[in-house]
Amino acid sequence: MQPSLSGYLLIGAVLFTCGVVCMATRRNAIGVLMGVELVLNGANVNLVAFSRYTTLGIDGQIYSLFIIVLAAAEAALALAIALNFYNNHLTIDVDKASSLKG
Amino acid sequence: MFLTLATQSLAELLESAGISSGWQYAGAAVVHMALLFGVFSLCPFFFIWMERKVAGRIQDRLGPTRVGGRFGWLQSLADGIKLIQKEDLCPPAADSLLFRAAPYIVCMASFAAFVVLPFSDGWVAVAADSGLFIMLAVMSLEVFGIILAGYSSGSKWSLFGGMREAAQMVSYEIPLAICAVIPIVAAGSLNLNEIGNMQSGGIQNWFLFHDPFTFIAFFVYFIVATASCKRAPFDLAEAESELVGGFHTEYSGMRWSFFFMGEYASMFAVCGIASILFLGGWNTGIPAIDQGLAAMRASSGPSAYLGGVLGIGVFAVKAVIGVFIQVWLRWTVPRIRIDQVITVCLKYLVPISCFLFLGSITWPLLLHAGQQRTTWTSEPLGERMAAAIPGNVAGRPANPDEPAANPDGSDESRHPASDVPSEAAPAGHAVTWMKPVEVTR
Amino acid sequence: MNGEAVFFTLFTVSACLGALAVVVSQNVVRMAFWLIICLGSTAGLFFLADADFVGAVQLLIYVGGTLVLLVFAVMLTSSGPYVKIETSPGEVILAGMIGLLFLFMVIAAQTGIDWEGTGSRIAEASEIDPPDGTFDTGAEGHTLRPIGMSLLGLRPDRGAAASGTLFTGYLLPFEIVSVHLLVVLVGAAYLARAKRRREA
Repeated sequence: MQPSLSGYLLIGAVLFTCGVVCMATRRNAIGVLMGVELVLNGANVNLVAFSRYTTLGIDGQIYSLFIIVLAAAEAALALAIALNFYNNHLTIDVDKASSLKG
Repeated sequence: MFLTLATQSLAELLESAGISSGWQYAGAAVVHMALLFGVFSLCPFFFIWMERKVAGRIQDRLGPTRVGGRFGWLQSLADGIKLIQKEDLCPPAADSLLFRAAPYIVCMASFAAFVVLPFSDGWVAVAADSGLFIMLAVMSLEVFGIILAGYSSGSKWSLFGGMREAAQMVSYEIPLAICAVIPIVAAGSLNLNEIGNMQSGGIQNWFLFHDPFTFIAFFVYFIVATASCKRAPFDLAEAESELVGGFHTEYSGMRWSFFFMGEYASMFAVCGIASILFLGGWNTGIPAIDQGLAAMRASSGPSAYLGGVLGIGVFAVKAVIGVFIQVWLRWTVPRIRIDQVITVCLKYLVPISCFLFLGSITWPLLLHAGQQRTTWTSEPLGERMAAAIPGNVAGRPANPDEPAANPDGSDESRHPASDVPSEAAPAGHAVTWMKPVEVTR
Repeated sequence: MNGEAVFFTLFTVSACLGALAVVVSQNVVRMAFWLIICLGSTAGLFFLADADFVGAVQLLIYVGGTLVLLVFAVMLTSSGPYVKIETSPGEVILAGMIGLLFLFMVIAAQTGIDWEGTGSRIAEASEIDPPDGTFDTGAEGHTLRPIGMSLLGLRPDRGAAASGTLFTGYLLPFEIVSVHLLVVLVGAAYLARAKRRREA
């Protein structure tokens, strides 16, 4: 299989879909977070591929750098929230987070 | 065979033998992989022997004396054979997939770092433009193997060891990266090959002596590197007195030895980085010898090959001295407590390295304001940069299509302001980024 | 079949299988392990696409940083060894079907587009000059200096015409991201600070 734009886009699509399914099915908060990382990575693959195979040039790579940095920030905050949640409820099952339900 | 190898690159040699280009590529790749693998397995082989010998001498013993003659040269081989024979155990409480995979992750992370490490001028598997960054990135994967080993063993000792190790390695990565960036600020390049070449021509050109901040940064880097290789006095993860064996308590035989191969290889890797960033890499520090070696490398034929080999020798001596000091420290300094390890890193080493980083940025600016020059002892870096970048592959002339002396670039580099590194001189750099520096893929 | 194709196939297969295994496996630490395989192979794909710097950032920040953080969180929050939180089979089947449908939709959309002429179409639509011949994105992955200069507000790849015009690089986003990271650092430290567990 020769590297090509459509090949990269296919990988991006697979990663994105797996991430969405993972986010939808997990009840573990950290599992949901891993799904988010997969989704962002799918987007990154597309951006890098566009930077390589179209005239987008360096822009695609810079966008993917920003995505990686923001994903790291998001993971740090989400984990802080998960730890806080665990401290209060002794579980990280997202279905148990229903204190605010009427 | 030797002579043809010396005069031509491997792919050219294979081409002359009438092999098609695909197989040429594959053949050259296999040979290079074999060379790298040889380096990787020789490092632990030599260092384990050295560790035992040094430990013996420090403790007033003889160390290994029997295997392989008088000095016990082949002791590591005997150890290896013993380890291969041992049973490969997997405790029933373990998560077997992760338990089996963890040693390979550790080993692979240390091994992959050698791909971008130049051993001599142009003798590097991949001369990536962001070489140092890739190397640090790949070496940061090692911690994951250790966490997985600790977690999947299903044992308290392993889990504690793994957690300690992870906390230690993650926090020591911060000062490690900052200290590695300090000479980068001076050099204005992340390409390890360029950095090595910039330090040719005299010991005063080494980045160790570039300014007082890089001088201190070297020692901070060495302490931090020792800790990030989980060596004593920072070897809390495998503290025998408290944690049995730490994260590798449950491992046996070859899997156990993979952790140690990884550890010794990463010791060599961090000392290699120190040698290139601070100690001039393959330059001896004596101008006459350096010029001779550079002329040898720039010539064609066997002498270029010999020049490369001598460069490897100089580089390896510096790196092995670093490893020797790490071994020496291990058998001299008592282990410190885990809270002290983290305190030392976060309360002292991180602020110190941040201060050094700031200092190394302001130093050339202050010096330029006072003395109209940006370096203290050595030649301005702009001139060295211009000298370092065109001629890069041993025995291969720079591409004639490239403007050898770009009018803008050479004028800029003589101007004292241009060796204020990085941001201050975009014009000088604008010339260099367009030249693909050196690729031996 | 050259070396590039071999590695592309290898990384593609391991990235896709890793992503699938993340979805399928039930143990959180195993998920993290498969996620490493997936993200590591994605980094390999970036190296193949001549984006060395992005690949290295991916390895350093994602695999060496974020995933270590994730595993830490798993260890701090699990109440027993090898914790599993099961999802009911009905949900799994439903999610799998929706996922497959979504995948087909994305692939159908992507194969329906002619990607060959995108460069000139982008140039026409946005009135940006396409990069002149001096910059070759595929120059063996030596993208470090162009990226650095773009983050400082210069655009070497757009030629001299672009500097000083609307397309002046990414200095402002870079600064915003750096402030954002500082805010996140403080916020995460505030949220995760040690508190006494509520007696329940």
